[in-house]
Amino acid sequence: MTDVLSQYSVLSLYSSMAVYAIAFILFTIDLARGAGDDVVVKASKLPRIAMALTVLAFLLQLAATLMRGFAASRVPWANMYEFAMTGTLIIVGVFLAVNIKWDLRFIGTFVTGFALLFLGLASTRYYVEVVPLPPALQSYWLVIHVFVASLGTGFFALGFALSLSQLLQHKRETTNAAALVAVSSSASTSAGSPVVKGTAVAAKPVRRSRLEFLKRLPDSIQLENYAYRLIIIGFIFWTFTLIAGAVWAEKAWGRYWGWDTKEVWTFIIWTIYAGYIHARSTRGWRGTRSAWLAMVGFAAVMFNFTIVNIFFKGLHAYSGL
Amino acid sequence: MSRPSDHIDSPAPAKASATSPALSPREWLRWFWRQLTSMRTALLLLLLLAIAAVPGSIVPQRSSDPNGVTQYFVNNPKSAPILDGFQMFDVYTSAWFSSIYLLLFISLIGCVIPRTKHHIEALRADPPKTPANLARLPAHVTRDASGVTAEAAIEAAHKIVRGLRYRVRRYDRGTTLTISAERGYARETGNLIFHFALVGVLLTVGFGGGFGFAGQRVVVEGQGFTNSLLAYDSFNPGRFFNPSTLPPYSIALDSFKVVYEQANPNAIGQPTDYTASVTTQLRGGTPEAQTIKVNEPLRIADTDVYLLGNGYAPTITVRNPAGEVIFTDSTPFLPQDKNLTSVGVIKLPDGLSQQLGMIGFFYPTVSKGHSGAFFSMYPDLVDPEVTFNVYAGDLGLNAGVARSVYALDTKNLTQLTGGKTGVKSLELKPGETADLPNGLGSVTFDGVKRFASLDIHRDPTQGGVLVFALLALAGLLISLFIPRRRLWVAVSTLPSGQIHIETAGLARGDDPTLDTAVTALDTALATNLGLTS
Repeated sequence: MTDVLSQYSVLSLYSSMAVYAIAFILFTIDLARGAGDDVVVKASKLPRIAMALTVLAFLLQLAATLMRGFAASRVPWANMYEFAMTGTLIIVGVFLAVNIKWDLRFIGTFVTGFALLFLGLASTRYYVEVVPLPPALQSYWLVIHVFVASLGTGFFALGFALSLSQLLQHKRETTNAAALVAVSSSASTSAGSPVVKGTAVAAKPVRRSRLEFLKRLPDSIQLENYAYRLIIIGFIFWTFTLIAGAVWAEKAWGRYWGWDTKEVWTFIIWTIYAGYIHARSTRGWRGTRSAWLAMVGFAAVMFNFTIVNIFFKGLHAYSGL
Repeated sequence: MSRPSDHIDSPAPAKASATSPALSPREWLRWFWRQLTSMRTALLLLLLLAIAAVPGSIVPQRSSDPNGVTQYFVNNPKSAPILDGFQMFDVYTSAWFSSIYLLLFISLIGCVIPRTKHHIEALRADPPKTPANLARLPAHVTRDASGVTAEAAIEAAHKIVRGLRYRVRRYDRGTTLTISAERGYARETGNLIFHFALVGVLLTVGFGGGFGFAGQRVVVEGQGFTNSLLAYDSFNPGRFFNPSTLPPYSIALDSFKVVYEQANPNAIGQPTDYTASVTTQLRGGTPEAQTIKVNEPLRIADTDVYLLGNGYAPTITVRNPAGEVIFTDSTPFLPQDKNLTSVGVIKLPDGLSQQLGMIGFFYPTVSKGHSGAFFSMYPDLVDPEVTFNVYAGDLGLNAGVARSVYALDTKNLTQLTGGKTGVKSLELKPGETADLPNGLGSVTFDGVKRFASLDIHRDPTQGGVLVFALLALAGLLISLFIPRRRLWVAVSTLPSGQIHIETAGLARGDDPTLDTAVTALDTALATNLGLTS
């Protein structure tokens, strides 16, 4: 029974990866369509199809994850492979959920690409057969602590994608603004009269930004607001993860905080995002600088999940990965 | 100034004049304090703290991995002392790490105290006067209406806004009737709670931690110990710990059961449960049967008892040539791998013609490799065997130096069996007896017991830290998700007899719902006045 279920789980996961791959390609093509010279890009069904495929892939992955859990008779996040599966499932889930409220389909490329990459790595490099939980992991805190950590990671991931878009968009905006100034000043010298605002806008900029494919995205300020709203939710979850982890550590290891490598990195991540939130209310740090912090924060999350798990010695080491 | 001058909601700084006058020492201090409590400094200290925490995850730490540190010194004899000079093996108690977080907390306190004062004043104060030009505010809508008086309109607005739990005050400017309203004071309250709770965590850990202790004790099945300093194998007291506060009780290990996975072919032999059945007794109390498991510590008399390790303790009896018992005990052997190949040491200083030391290897399920070396192929007791390498000479026990019971210093000893001696190691199955070389006596393997390694802790900070951590979380939730904003409604009567209604809003801090709130108020007012838009 266990074998059959876990085999179906793998099959379902591979199917979902195939669908993610198609969705990724469609999202990317749609993003590239913005790069043309046309000021208005024709409406297209592409993003809707890509979105529908992402939902399909999500459902397949959900089925894979559930079957894995039933095969093991426990939550499916007890080793690297399972954690990658559940973690990316949650990231895609958060992406789909947030899209109900805001149209963030432009980061679909990032989300599906990210899921595809991690699922590919996890299923080829870190696949393990279903094994029972060692006594140290037999706790309801495994359910709470790890799930909330993944949820936090989901929001941080979207925050990363939006902050990256924000940085690029800001670059595009400043390049184009500079080009506009160049055009209007050259126009004013040649005509010898002040230029009316309207004519400058109509004039084609001399050198457009190479990032023109971003022209259909929200402006950088709106992107920053989106990123901030998502990251503070992630930060709350991360704070809770830290507290729940400490409560569990007290029960399992006899102390609530012992600077274990994973604890150290959870703390580092918390501090970076605390810095991000501060940066947003510090004059001179809002905008580009705080966006960099959001990206460094997510890089630390990824470092914590990959390098720290695999190469660093510590109590959180997953048995056999 | 309630907030640091570089807070995004503070007014922009005035341009510094090119020729600033020389500062007096007092002014210098003020300047320094302003720098320390500024947002920018707090931010830099936060990021510095994050960076400073990194080395502790790369270099082993004495607090969490003392063996790793010892190993590091062995592997890197040149660089280790240099790193040690920079306190790299004690990062989280180091001078540099401590100074960063202490500065951060001073900065935090210096920032939060004036804000608290200002906030308490704001909580008692009325909403500020309505600005003269509402059109300049970030959210602003207008409408003209007829058939209602300005007074009726402003009264309706007053009621609606108060119904939304805003604090409202009426300010009239000549013929223009206005209200000013503010909500979301809890945002700042939450923010302050969060920061004070962090200070609470730090103080609790800093002062409470010194009163606790942590001790380790290995107990073999059928044995027990009383909670006293002497009973511990190792003991780490806090700075202010007083040994007389050790609660008097005893714990005896009745049995230690391990469940191994049998069904799943991918995990045969993986332990799935450890259960230590113990009998505890408080002084003067009745014995109580209890269990300790991983993740289920025993809470007894203000201390917590954790099950953190286990292994086998073979029972060995040594007799002299006359057949008299000179040693009999179950000695804990330390597990070396997941199939519990274990190593232990038996020291025999008295009773034989020579001092003997024996390094024992225990295999719960013995098997022989191609090289002829034994190994254990399963962690449970299927076919146990113990082997001994015997050493004779000076055990060094009379030198007055503390010796580990788990290690044998073979420097002054001659090996008699095993290794290159040409004499086979003693190999024993349960119940078997083997003769010691040179007619020194005999060794009997009577049987095997399990041992449990218990950690006994008292940490008086636990409760306090949890309360402050949860307070911090609550404060964070409030301060990030309750919007604080001001709303204004101004109603003026136009010469035509119509009235002109302006509704405006200003967010204090992040508020994604400001526009919605202003439009909603405008619509609610129109509906209330029976206007159709």
